[in-house]
Amino acid sequence: MSIIKLSNVSKKYSNGTTALRNISLEIEPGEFTYIVGPSGAGKSTFIKLLYRELKIDRGSGTVAQYDLSKLKRRDVPMLRRSVGVVFQDYKLLPKKTVFENISYAMEVIGKSPREIKKRVNEVLDLVGLKHKIRSFPNELSGGEQQRVAIARSIANAPKVLIADEPTGNLDPENSWEIMNLLEKINLQGTTILMATHNSQIVNTLKHRVIAIENGRIVRDQEEGVYGYDD
Amino acid sequence: MIRNFFKHLLESLKNLKRNGWMTVAAVSSVTITLVLVGLFLSVILNTSKISNGIENNVRIVAYMKLDVHDQETKIQDPKDNKKTINNPDHLKIYDSIKKVPNVKTVEFSSKEAQLKELTKALGNNWNLFKGDANPLYDAYIVEADKPANVKSVTSKISKLSGIEKATYGGANTAKLFQIAQGIRTWGTAAAALLIFVAIFLISNTIRITILSRQREIQIMRLVGAKNGYIRWPFFLEGAWVGLLGSIIPGLIVAWAYRLAFVSLTPSLQSQKLAMFAPKEFIPAIVGLMAVIGILIGSFGALLSMRRFLKI
Repeated sequence: MSIIKLSNVSKKYSNGTTALRNISLEIEPGEFTYIVGPSGAGKSTFIKLLYRELKIDRGSGTVAQYDLSKLKRRDVPMLRRSVGVVFQDYKLLPKKTVFENISYAMEVIGKSPREIKKRVNEVLDLVGLKHKIRSFPNELSGGEQQRVAIARSIANAPKVLIADEPTGNLDPENSWEIMNLLEKINLQGTTILMATHNSQIVNTLKHRVIAIENGRIVRDQEEGVYGYDD
Repeated sequence: MIRNFFKHLLESLKNLKRNGWMTVAAVSSVTITLVLVGLFLSVILNTSKISNGIENNVRIVAYMKLDVHDQETKIQDPKDNKKTINNPDHLKIYDSIKKVPNVKTVEFSSKEAQLKELTKALGNNWNLFKGDANPLYDAYIVEADKPANVKSVTSKISKLSGIEKATYGGANTAKLFQIAQGIRTWGTAAAALLIFVAIFLISNTIRITILSRQREIQIMRLVGAKNGYIRWPFFLEGAWVGLLGSIIPGLIVAWAYRLAFVSLTPSLQSQKLAMFAPKEFIPAIVGLMAVIGILIGSFGALLSMRRFLKI
């Protein structure tokens, strides 16, 4: 049973331009998949459909057993709890400490303080930032901030982790640290979907590659390569 | 659940403080609104109580001609000053009033009794008119079965023989009704306008909170916080603004009402009318104002959430 399945999904923007046409794909649980393609090809739109930031216009899709086209507004939070999301710009709360940034994500879905404390320590251990638990985001490097963001995204143990250019703002050394971390999380059973422009990473750390151009899937290969010049 | 509630409560209080002058502006607008709403409500409720009282109180006074002795069983013999004879007209007028349709009760009021009442109300100077100097008329006090029938009953009675004049306080009542209606119409319009302004100001305050917490809201949505969870603090903030805004109006209305009650009651009482007792009225009106304040506040918050919190 696929954890992500899309059939003939299309999405138009409100101004009429088509962002995605007839996208069909299946991703199995535990897979690590890169989404590549030129800027403006529809990668971000594709990702936003998966955590229901945008709604599918035509076609059908399921993510972690939630039907994207039939999902009611008030059920969206349940989907989001099954899908962790990481962004290029980290999206941490600047006035909260590392601990608070992660615990916040658990608090708002009603976890108990004991559970939260235990889990925050666990995920900080995993990302290797236990010693920074009381720091504020502006006291951390970009790579460290992204690791906190990843810790937050997996705090609620999602089945799928979506990363939209997680290394986009980082130097190569920090990028590799993030990749090692994602690899580790993947090995623990979390399905990972990562949109990226980093050819070095895609070509070195081989995984399934799905290329999107002009809103269509133009390539889908196991152990694929980046395939663009930028 | 309870843990969340206190968290939201704390968050909403923090937001009040964070918004500083916007909160002050919103609270003041609720304050002004509620002062007027409270005063209008007090006036409207009391005028309608009083005018109802007057309406149900309407008494027709039928004055008898001076040479009529309807109540006396014996009268002077017109032929012989020293002799008395049975009064052939005894209770003739009384009976004919009784026969007028829609009359409920008929009660005799002698001119002596009326003078006594007047003296009591207006002072001992009226004692001058005691005895033969009494300028008043003997009268029957008539009550109609329904306020609507007062006018027709009055005109029928005034045509009976032996009746000098029949009146009721008609002109005054009509005027009072008119005033009460005016207060109701304009008061309601002014209150509605002010409520509108207050809601607008509150929704603006809440909007600022929403914008200042946009990133937090984004993250809450991203990690799957339920919409209700995200909304609560804003809702509570609006309710706080409304509740805070009702404090000063509550004090003002309580004070003003007591003052009005004390100064108006003596003159009302002489006409057997009354305002609502402050002991019951003030808690009720203050409570009502707090509820209105909270409703205005939450509605303002709701408005903002609909527009700026796309969830």
